[in-house]
Formats: sequence, C-alpha cells, structure tokens
Amino acid sequence: MDRISLSTTHTGIPTARPASLDVERSGDGTLVLRLGGDWLLRGGVPSAEAVEREFVSPPRVQRMTFDSSALGAWDTGLLTFLTSLRPLLEAHGFEVEREGLPEGVRALMALAEAVPEKSDARAEGIEHGVIERIGETTIEIGASLSEQLEFVGSATIAFGRMLIGRARYRRADLMLQIQQAGVEALPIVALVSFLLGLILAFVGAIQLQAFGAQVYVADLVGIAMARDMGALIAAIVMAGRSGGAYAAQLGSMNVNQEIDALQTTGVSPLEFLVLPRMTALFLMMPLLSLYAAAVGILGGAAVGTGMLDLSLTTYYQQTVAAVGVRDVLGGVLKGGTYGILIALAGCLRGMQSGRSASAVGDAATSAVVTAIVAIITAAGVYSAVFYVLGW
Amino acid sequence: MIQVHADDPITVRDLTMAYGSFVLQRDLNFAVKQGDIFIVMGGSGCGKSTLMRHLLGLNEPAQGEVFYRGESFTRAEPERREEMLRRIGVLYQSGALWSSMTLAENVSLPLGEFTDLAAAQQREVAALKLALVGLAGFEDYYPSQISGGMQKRAGLARAMALDPEILCIDEPSAGLDPISSRLLDELIVGLRDSLGTTFVIVTHELQSIFDIGSNSVFLDAETRTMTAMGPPKELRDRSDDPTVRRFLTRGEVVSV
Repeated sequence: MDRISLSTTHTGIPTARPASLDVERSGDGTLVLRLGGDWLLRGGVPSAEAVEREFVSPPRVQRMTFDSSALGAWDTGLLTFLTSLRPLLEAHGFEVEREGLPEGVRALMALAEAVPEKSDARAEGIEHGVIERIGETTIEIGASLSEQLEFVGSATIAFGRMLIGRARYRRADLMLQIQQAGVEALPIVALVSFLLGLILAFVGAIQLQAFGAQVYVADLVGIAMARDMGALIAAIVMAGRSGGAYAAQLGSMNVNQEIDALQTTGVSPLEFLVLPRMTALFLMMPLLSLYAAAVGILGGAAVGTGMLDLSLTTYYQQTVAAVGVRDVLGGVLKGGTYGILIALAGCLRGMQSGRSASAVGDAATSAVVTAIVAIITAAGVYSAVFYVLGW
Repeated sequence: MIQVHADDPITVRDLTMAYGSFVLQRDLNFAVKQGDIFIVMGGSGCGKSTLMRHLLGLNEPAQGEVFYRGESFTRAEPERREEMLRRIGVLYQSGALWSSMTLAENVSLPLGEFTDLAAAQQREVAALKLALVGLAGFEDYYPSQISGGMQKRAGLARAMALDPEILCIDEPSAGLDPISSRLLDELIVGLRDSLGTTFVIVTHELQSIFDIGSNSVFLDAETRTMTAMGPPKELRDRSDDPTVRRFLTRGEVVSV
C-alpha cells in the first residue's frame, strides 16, 4: 500500500512535474500506456482521448497494460483518468491489465469497482412534456389542497377539545407562546404601523391640501388604520415573525423525530404543539391590531400637527368623530382571523416539512408566503363582504 | 402464512412496506415471543427502521397486518391504537427528546398523561428512571445541554417511564462509545430479566447482536424480503444463506 493517503502524497513537493502520457503500440496489438510525472488533480491530467484514437486506427488493440515506472506523485486525478477508460474498454470487450500500476492505485480501483453500480439508483433524467407537467402539477395541487383541508379540520377538532377541556397541552407552553406573540412583538409592530400611519397621512395630505381639506387627513388615517391597515400590517409582521418561526420549530422537531415521539407516546402533536401556537396568535392578534391602529393614528397625528398645522386637539376630535365602534370591531375581527391563518400556515408547513436542514428552510419560507397570501385573500373577502353589508 | 397467537407480544403477518410504488420489503412474517430480545438486522437501507415505524403505526402497511397480543393493530380504531401504543416504549435513533423540556419533564410527560400520580411523585419516578440510565442529577438539564450519548440514555429513561411491556429501540449503540454501548446492552438484559420486558431492537452492531439477541430476523436489501430468522448465533453458524452468514461474520465467510 504505497501512497494510499491521497491528500498527503504531494505535500512537501512545491513544484509538481506535469503529468505525461505516452501511448505505445507493439506489434501484437498490445497498447502500453506510459504514465510519467505527477498525476495530480490541481495540476491537471491528460485526457483519455489519445487512448481512444488508438482504438480507432487499425490494427485492432487486443490488450492494454500500464508502465508507471516514471510516475511521480498521484491522487484522485489518476483514478478519474483510469475510470474514464472503463466505458472504452467495455465497448471493446476486454479487461485491462493493471499489474503495471502502483499497488495503491490498484487497491483503490478494486474498491471503487467492488460494488456494482445500482442501475435504478441514478436520478431519472426523463424530460416531461408540457401537458404531462400540467397534469402532474394539477394532481399535486389537488393533493396539497386536501392535505390543507384535513389539517384545518383536525385543528378545528383540537380547538373544540380545548374548549371542553379535553385537549392535552402544557399551560406553560401556551403562556410562552402568548408572551412571544404578544409582548415581544410590540416594538416591531409599533415601528411599522407608526411609519404606515405617517405614509397614509402624507398621501392623503397632498390630495386634500388641494381642496383646503387637510383636516380630513385625520379621518383618512383613523378609518384606514382602525378598519383595515392596523390588522393587516400587524398580520404581515407576525407572519414573518411567528409564522416562519413556527414552521422552523415544528420542522426541526420533525427532523429530530420529536413529533414521532409525541405520537407514539399517545400525545397528539396537533394538540400539544399546534394548539398553543394557534391559541396564542388568535388571542394576541386582535390586541396587536388595536395597538397597531392606535400607533398608526399617532403617526398620522405627527404629520397632521407637524406639517399641516393642525392642533393635536383638532386632530384628536376629528379622529374620534370619524372612527366608529364598528370600524374598531371590524379591525379586531380581522386581526383574529389573520392570527388563525398565520398559525395554521406556519404549523401546517412545519408539520409537512421534510427531514433535512434545507427542507426546514423551505418550510419556513413557504409558511410566510402561504400566510401572506391567505391574509391578503381574507382581507379582500372581508372588504367585499363589509361593503355589501354596508358596515 | 403465520399463525397469530394471543400470547405473542408482536406478530407481523404478510407485511409489505412501500413508499409510493417503491416496495421496500415484502412478505414479512414473524412473531416476537414474550421476553425475547428480538433483533431486526440487515444492511443499510434495507428498511429496518421503516419496519419499526410500521410496528408503531407511524407508517401504514401497503399490505399485511401487525398484531399485538393477537389483536390487529393495523385495523384498530385510532383510540384503540393509542391504548395499544401505551404498552410500548420507543427509543428513537437520536433520542428524540422534546427539546423545549428538561429531562425530568421529558420523562414525566407520559406519566402525567396516563397515570394519576401527583406532580411530586412524577418527579420522583422521573428521577428514578434517569438514575437507572446513569443520569442521576441531570433532571433539570435541557436536551441541548447534554451529550449525544446522554440524550440517548435519557431517551431510554423516557421510553421506560410507563414500564412498557415492549420496548422498541432504533440503533441503540449508534453514537455511543464501546463502554456505554456495553452498559446499555447490560441494562437491556437486566430489564428483560427483572421486568420481563420484550425488546425489539433495530441494529447492525454485531457485538450486541450476539451478546443480547435471543431471536432475530434478517431483512435482505437485494431480494427485498426477510431471508432468515432465528437466534443470531445459530444463523451465523448454520444459515444456508450466504448473505446472512457474510453479514454475521463481517464478510469473512464468502461461500458456504
């Protein structure tokens, strides 16, 4: 076993001699490959083309041997060269005689060839037609829809069991989730909704100033934040913050077989893991929506008093007059709905996650995307329904 | 087809395991007897761990049935399945401890769910189980604060929490040093002798197969079915299947 440690063969040799390959042919159809110099990956190795050419020209090659007396250091470079000869030899139907190669090379080649290639193991490279792909995608969408429906159904049952006090979960978990989705989210929700209030006020101010009606900026910001924007912006922040976290948490628990362990212990993962998260968001999102609306109105007030020369009292009175209880309740209702959607999306993607690090990443991404799409869709439905009902 | 007896802890009848259209193993028929240390062995990727998932209901059989004490687990209602699973403890390959809970909480969760013990008593039981696996004093550690081998032992403590009739263990010695691995083997034999626990162990660790295995089944990756069944030492010395003998002798016997 000379030079079997591949990585160390060439350490200490500052300049590698270039690899050389002489193909020599004797009268009886024997092809001798003379290997010279250092056959190292980093220095580049000759290609098998020179050998291939010999096979094309007559007379017919009967056998192939090696002469490695001038061979210096070698590593995987030499092995890949030898492997690349294999299809050629198989096509011409004779075995190569490796006696001329260093013992280490022969040992490694024997190891590489010890287990025959598994014929059905390579990934299929079949190209599918457009129609086939449309069909496959449709089937996938159908399957994922029914999976989502099943998840929503089971989650509803779990929620029902919680209401009658039969669900198994830890109160401490619920409290922790409430803390994370509640108090800890306040600063970021405040920042984003303050800026949103500011933006809304600026947009309104430019238009309303043209009519000298800048005082109505208060109405615009107040109604928009209370009815829709407060809940929406809180939901989008929470989708990124909690939805992604839920998917990542449950996904990595899946990788670590923790979810299997719950199941075989006889504890429903849905009740134990999903329920506290869903309840926490369902309880906290309406509060966050109210909070976001209030902070957004403050942002509007900053523009109103700072840029439009309205007094704080005027702005306050204008807002109170404009925003009705119905607007606020609508915002709270929407917030609760978005909370459930975020938790469902996050937990569903986490539970569906594959068992690898990249699958957990995909699950987190997909959770945020699913949640935001669901939120915006729900917002659209609510707007239409409220309009029709005249609320 | 195998006869299903009511006193056998586990019977597997005509089991075919598949992922979609890819059949992993077909026509598995075997019974695990009371007090057996039953080894499921075979090369990498032959479906050993998947077989365990089938025994636990984490995967559904493509065909065939799993019986516990003569009662079909495969055809049981979910509630009944849960009751049947309560008699089984499982140690997963990585330990699979619940990462948000301390070791004591991990062990006492099943106690809290399925017994009427008060919190203080649960903690005492948890401490005892942890002491049994050599982790006394680690009650308040989180899984991420202890080594892989310790996680594994804590996982065993959790699996033993409810004094199960059957303990399923996936790769007990994976990631353990030789001494811990030996201690684990001794613990397994000790539990069998003292509590009469039946073990199903998925492994390819020859040393422990011969040391503790009282019966075994060999899953062949090539033919995708079981090719041998019996006490491991007997299979090594007398099996007429070259693959089985090669496996049990680390490839030293090439032909029979």
